[in-house]
Amino acid sequence: MYAGPVQELIDQLGRLPGVGPKSAQRIAFYLLKLPKEDAERLATAIVEVKARISFCRRCWNVSEGEFCEMCQDTRRDPTIVCVVEEPRDIVAVEKTQEFHGLYHVLQGAISPIEGIGPEQLRVKELLARVDAEGIKEVILCTNPNLEGEATAMYLARLLKPLGLSVTRIASGLPVGGDLEYADELTLGRALEGRREVDA
Amino acid sequence: MGLYRDQGVVLRTIRLGESDRIVTLVTQAHGKVRAVAKGVRKTKSRFGGRLEPTSHVSLLLYEGRELDIVTQAEALDHFKAIREDLDRLARATTMLEAVDQVAQERQPGARLYQMLVGGLRALAARNAPLLVPAFFLKLLALEGFQPVLDGCAGCGAPEPLVAFDLTVGGALCPACARGPRVSPEAVDLMQRILDGGLAGALNEPVTPATAEVATLATRAMEHHLERRLRSVTVLD
Repeated sequence: MYAGPVQELIDQLGRLPGVGPKSAQRIAFYLLKLPKEDAERLATAIVEVKARISFCRRCWNVSEGEFCEMCQDTRRDPTIVCVVEEPRDIVAVEKTQEFHGLYHVLQGAISPIEGIGPEQLRVKELLARVDAEGIKEVILCTNPNLEGEATAMYLARLLKPLGLSVTRIASGLPVGGDLEYADELTLGRALEGRREVDA
Repeated sequence: MGLYRDQGVVLRTIRLGESDRIVTLVTQAHGKVRAVAKGVRKTKSRFGGRLEPTSHVSLLLYEGRELDIVTQAEALDHFKAIREDLDRLARATTMLEAVDQVAQERQPGARLYQMLVGGLRALAARNAPLLVPAFFLKLLALEGFQPVLDGCAGCGAPEPLVAFDLTVGGALCPACARGPRVSPEAVDLMQRILDGGLAGALNEPVTPATAEVATLATRAMEHHLERRLRSVTVLD
């Protein structure tokens, strides 16, 4: 439809998640109008990220070198490991500033309906770490949805017999929310996990 | 039609955009419905955990062209016993997957919905190994593919029945035999499941015939769907 390179750009943009043909066209024409340096910065960023970023050999987080920043940080406690589904979840946990151990990224969650089982995830790698690194506690920090819960239950079943402490993050009400809008399952869990108030 | 009310069971969910999900449900009055639940993935979503697979919900939906929109959701039952036990969850997922394959979009089929709710309730109450195979056999019967078990499916000869092949339509006598072998106990068990003796059959102790029926029922279901059931093997 358009001159070769323009059409190629539209086609490539159209393959991005959430970008349809119309949006692809709009972005392509925006890029055409962009000053050369700005466009090149974007192009270099894409090339660089593909060339320099790979997965950490220890925790499977995205990493610039062989090991990620977290794993290289000697101030972190290596005996406690937080298991998450995606690298994005590490950022979410880090923002809380409540956790100072290491991470393990599964790169997905068990989903029987999609046919995703434990062998497609970094489960073997986690078990190998438990053996080799003297881990004392594993925190199962997968999403509180059906897939995440299934993954947590599966991991708990594998890890418990190894004689370490296996914990699951608590479920409850979001801070700043209203009780009347809470769903029964969440409210039920919040009641189950209630704790003594310090006076 | 605009807004409509219905009850349904969530079969599966797919992520959509930043924080939405497409929820596939089997409903009482509208058959299989696919609807967008906006913002469900946010922690402050008013839907919360109500729209997860296996949830039994009462919904207010807005009819759209392709996809409907979930405007309100109230939980009828979330089958806590299933969600908190990996084995039951795997079994429930298998039922959901089969129903998802069988159900037609916007084709009313209250019977299918009732069967699934019944199946999930039974699973929440008791983790019986025969439950999913029995569900498959009943589902096949509902679809019009009830296996012939009271005589040879090939020639009509009475017992003994020694094999089972769904391409022919059920159990087979020694002369017509093809497909997997079957024991008389397994034929008897399947017959009782389909003749309304399910409750009794579920209460019986597990025998080699239970495993046999499980394999046959899964194979028959897969044969009918013309595809493998992915959730059967994932957690084994």
